[in-house]
Amino acid sequence: MSERTIELEILRYDPEQDDAPHLQTYTVPYHEDWVVLDAINYVKDELDRTLSYRWSCHMAVCGSCGMVINGEPTLSCHAFLRDYPDRIRIEPLQNFPIERDLVVVMDDFIDKLGSVKPYIVAKEEKAVDDGEYLQTPAELARFKSFTACINCLLCYSACPQYALNEAFVGPAALALAHRYNLDSRDAGRSVREDVVASNPGIWECSFVGACSEVCPKSVDPAAAIQQVKIASTGDYFLDFLMPWKQK
Amino acid sequence: METINTDIAIVGAGGAGLRAAIAVAEANPALKIALISKVYPMRSHTVAAEGGAAGVIKDNDSFDNHFHDTVAGGDWLCDQDAVDLFIREAPRELTRIEHWGCPWSREPDGHVAVRPFGGMKVERTWYAADKTGFHLLHTLFQTSLKYPGIERFDEYYSTDLVVTDGRCQGVTAIEMRSGQVRFFRAKAVIIATGGAGRVFPFTTNGAIKTGDGMAMAFRAGIPLKDMEFVQYHPTGLPGTGILITEGSRGEGGILVNKDGYRYLQDYNLGPPDPWPRKKAMELGPRDRLSQAFWHEQQKGRTIKTDYGDVVHLDLRHLGEAKINERLPMVRELAQSYIGVDPVHEPIPVRPVVHYTMGGIDTDIDTATNVDGLFSAGECACVSINGANRLGSNSLTELLVFGARAGQGAAEYALRAGTGTDDRQALSIAGAAEDRVLELFRRNTGSESISGLRREMNDAMEAGAGIYRSEDSLQACTDKMQEIRERYKTIALHDKSNVFNTDLIEALELGSMIDVATAMACSALHRTESRGSHQRLDYPDRDDVAFLKHSLAQYSATDLPVIDYSAVTITRSQPAERVYGGDDK
Repeated sequence: MSERTIELEILRYDPEQDDAPHLQTYTVPYHEDWVVLDAINYVKDELDRTLSYRWSCHMAVCGSCGMVINGEPTLSCHAFLRDYPDRIRIEPLQNFPIERDLVVVMDDFIDKLGSVKPYIVAKEEKAVDDGEYLQTPAELARFKSFTACINCLLCYSACPQYALNEAFVGPAALALAHRYNLDSRDAGRSVREDVVASNPGIWECSFVGACSEVCPKSVDPAAAIQQVKIASTGDYFLDFLMPWKQK
Repeated sequence: METINTDIAIVGAGGAGLRAAIAVAEANPALKIALISKVYPMRSHTVAAEGGAAGVIKDNDSFDNHFHDTVAGGDWLCDQDAVDLFIREAPRELTRIEHWGCPWSREPDGHVAVRPFGGMKVERTWYAADKTGFHLLHTLFQTSLKYPGIERFDEYYSTDLVVTDGRCQGVTAIEMRSGQVRFFRAKAVIIATGGAGRVFPFTTNGAIKTGDGMAMAFRAGIPLKDMEFVQYHPTGLPGTGILITEGSRGEGGILVNKDGYRYLQDYNLGPPDPWPRKKAMELGPRDRLSQAFWHEQQKGRTIKTDYGDVVHLDLRHLGEAKINERLPMVRELAQSYIGVDPVHEPIPVRPVVHYTMGGIDTDIDTATNVDGLFSAGECACVSINGANRLGSNSLTELLVFGARAGQGAAEYALRAGTGTDDRQALSIAGAAEDRVLELFRRNTGSESISGLRREMNDAMEAGAGIYRSEDSLQACTDKMQEIRERYKTIALHDKSNVFNTDLIEALELGSMIDVATAMACSALHRTESRGSHQRLDYPDRDDVAFLKHSLAQYSATDLPVIDYSAVTITRSQPAERVYGGDDK
């Protein structure tokens, strides 16, 4: 076969068999319009049925197929072979335990997502028959970019603070908390503040912005975290100056 | 085998499953809910829906409009009592999810905005840019976290319903992390597993859309209804099948052939101008548009590419600002996956398998013929979609009927309590576990999963595509029977208990074979053309013989038996479907 091929070095780990993860190399055909996920699917279908990984939509919206590709956290369905050299290293996302091969245990993320109360906390319940809340395009624009998170975990894999401090709520969950705080329909900021402002990580989060750099949906969690800090600092001083003020 | 006791087990945690879970929790906070899914909820394929959700909210629209658009769009195969219920409940459900935080796109005055979609007399599609399904799913998932009654079992692959004497007693599922089979013993079960587009090779559907819930119900004796009706969406990207939303035509996009000609005017959808115009040309229904592509292809007027023939979807006249505001994802997808910027070039598109109108036979209350078993969403057939679903009715459907399933199941669980035949239930669950273990431990096997899957895909595309015939469907059915036999000797190579996707893919393939067989057989028996089911040998609709739902009944040894049931007609008698605009 004279057609161009490339090598995939894929991290393998089966907790029932292996003491430690190791790399396994596969040779796959090169196609100009293939993404890395296509190449991995080729391995699964044609070369090695035992490889495990997550994927579904193949259009960068379900968030399943995040991996570390040549050192960068990336959605494998959105990483084109043409942008890589002929030898590509594929590893699971960092900062999470490996469940099997490229599959990570994401329990910690799921817990943190829930901990920020990512839902509307209404001032008072409004009946459905009373119609929708009015929200102008400008009000929507305040939080819209923070709604775009697909929970792909790339930002957790890239985050130096989460790597150091597992208690850190982390970029995606904080951005989501901020998204609801900014929503004109929401009155839950004070209940979220308990989790968000008191979280050890957020005050240590430097302005590195690794999270925003790897985000495939331009959510900019780093900006969200900085805005959360400013808002929380404001609350602190208001409490100090006006202790009678109800949050 | 560990038994997990719950009140209501919900299989599938996409839009319908999440909505059902919330409905149960709101109906009675004391009820225990097990929300079981083979993926984390936000990975569910609801996430990929783009254009929007239909519901009457504006003064220029009416329930009657939505009713008639839906019924005519479905070529009169919809159950009209179900459609009436659906269109009336639609605005309330869409408003409810607005209250839960869905970031709907807005008018300048703050009201929810609507856009036109295909086959609609008046614009009524609520949208969140072109990521409506994504926002709807995440809003539901995040809202579901409020309810302590909802316990999630993420990455559990459901294998079998446990039914004793016509009563559903629960479901068995593999915990993917450990490989262990669990029995979820429940007073009621809701199946909300979505569609089965993956039985075809070229589809907008994600890898997970393998029809598991449909197959599970089918094998447990619940008929699959109207399975011959498979919707081709007219605009998918060549190669990947990535969906380019109908919203892009709703915003004014046009379709042209290789000569730059708006060919839809040749297929009773014109005249082309003035444009845009409701229910005309590019805003005709999906079945008609996909069929028109097929005819253009026969005439040699499509454009050849490495990934099959295409036509061009041209958005350039909308301008960059409007494309960025209304269709940002379309632009990004086209740029990334085929290197085309719709601001400057037309997008190559071709019809792509998108939606299964058919599914688990339910009544208007989402109940099946097994007590305590409910179903909602794409895996179910109520039917509001008939022979061709109207674009933007499916997101609304999963809210309206997901909620209804949750309410129905909650009511049933409280009324009926736990099933009495414990021993039989456990023995059925045990047999389900044995089947999984047999597959897992099997050391012999000659057939490859990926090879057999490919053969199934090819057979379905060749035999049961946009246009079908006796010959093509007979060949397809024969092939499916052969594949079903060969599946019995499928080989498994992965012997790990942990996240064994070799095993899961084998089980998914089993589901797909059952569903595909039901589709092919139902299509073979329907000797008429209606909506998305077009027979070259029977080109006309036949209301005398086939104004009926088909019901495929499973057989362990043979092809499914095809039976029929009446369509509920209340206030719209079958008529000709007329498109081309209001003046026609």
